Amino acid sequence: MNKTTTTITAACIGGLLATPLFASPEEDRELWQTYFEQRFPQVEKADFVNGVYSIDPVGRENWEAIEEFPPYEAAISDGEEMWNTPFANGKTYKDCFPDGPGVAGKYPYWDKEKGMVMTLPLAINNCREANGEDPLKYKKGPIADILAYMTYESRGQVVDVEIPEDDPRALEAYEQGKQFYFARRGQLNFACASCHISSSGTTLRTEILSPALGHTTHFPVYRSKWGEMGTLHRRFSGCNKQVRAKPFEAQGEEYRNLEYFMTYMNNGLELNGPGARK
Amino acid sequence: MPFKLPLFAVSAAALLTLTAAGVQAEMPEMDLNGNVEAGKEVALDRSRGNCIACHVMPDGESPGAIGPALVAMQTRYPSKVDLAEQIWDPTIKNPEVVMPPFGKHGILSDKEFIDVVEYIWSL
Ligand code: HEC
Ligand code: HEC
Repeated sequence: MNKTTTTITAACIGGLLATPLFASPEEDRELWQTYFEQRFPQVEKADFVNGVYSIDPVGRENWEAIEEFPPYEAAISDGEEMWNTPFANGKTYKDCFPDGPGVAGKYPYWDKEKGMVMTLPLAINNCREANGEDPLKYKKGPIADILAYMTYESRGQVVDVEIPEDDPRALEAYEQGKQFYFARRGQLNFACASCHISSSGTTLRTEILSPALGHTTHFPVYRSKWGEMGTLHRRFSGCNKQVRAKPFEAQGEEYRNLEYFMTYMNNGLELNGPGARK
Repeated sequence: MPFKLPLFAVSAAALLTLTAAGVQAEMPEMDLNGNVEAGKEVALDRSRGNCIACHVMPDGESPGAIGPALVAMQTRYPSKVDLAEQIWDPTIKNPEVVMPPFGKHGILSDKEFIDVVEYIWSL
């Protein structure tokens, strides 16, 4: 392995980890984005939203062919139908989301009243439950359909997560998400950062590891390996399992805080979901 | 490089390790007299050593590229024990390393571990 790369990598992770002492989330974000721009100087910044395909020209060709007939299209239309179908009480999703379906760019956000990170899937289920409907499961199925529709309607919105300064619990949630990202876990002792920061762009067996920058912009995804749609937290859970760590609950506090941190790191990038991946 | 070195020192300490149960910190004394062929199987097997996921090795196909090529090991390690220590727990030498601690976390059984050391030593 190239010695110079290793040094920069380690120092950068150090920089990010040390931030509770020295830096604000804003400084974290700058360091994070600069790191990936330096590590992949050939990639246009806006292209990081395309994950591994931003750095893998061969994979990209296949992917572009797939995008001609997007495998997530059925999910979008099923989701649109859900959006338009009234609940048993006659109300619809629109009553909970008065600005319409294209609101993915507002999530996740810090909900001061509830004292927690609010994500779009959670808001969808809150809406259902407030209207007497059963909540949806969080990893796949109908939740991915309605998310696919809402995300599609939100394409082009710019990620702009806020960490409000008038509530210290918001910063705490962010810090917890960050700790999670850098914590080594499981029998194989990997952190998310081990694969998507320090090893991004190299290969694990034949799999090219995608840069962390851009990771949240295109979910839900149709993944060929799953043969179906899945949510961001389904992906988190898969990445935890592959290092033989116990996955956390989808939409539980750990993954919500992780999403808050990761999405904040993407501030300034465009939403481009739903996506298609191998 | 825009990042100051002192931060790096902080990071090593701050890098949490949420380890699995059954952690055995130090490499116990063991007879390092394994079987090369058995070790090769462990190194190439996806569900066991899977060293090939990260290392080029003479016998394996479609290797990953996260770690250095494993060749000419006897010119790089003064003894088999030193090599074994690296595979037991590579974080001792480099706390930031992504290579899993195969012995310390019980990823391999003692026999698999000894065999894999023998195989790598033979490369
Ligand atoms: C052992 C290596 C490894 C670890 C550790 C790991 N991942 Fe992954 N991750 C992968 C691989 C391989 C893929 C699929 C190829 C790619 O896109 O990088 C992937 C894909 C992803 C994707 C989808 C990227 C996309 O463009 O759709 C996300 C999001 C993700 N990982 C997040 C995480 C998070 C969060 C963690 C920690 C909880 C984590 N990963 C830990 C290997 C890893
Ligand atoms: C997830 C990636 C990964 C896996 C799996 C992995 N390694 Fe490594 N290995 C590395 C990295 C990265 C280094 C470089 C360490 C450093 O720079 O400190 C390394 C270094 C080594 C070294 C030191 C090489 C030298 O030139 O000094 C040996 C020996 C080694 N690995 C053996 C193994 C064996 C045996 C296995 C399987 C049982 C294995 N590795 C599995 C990533 C991995």
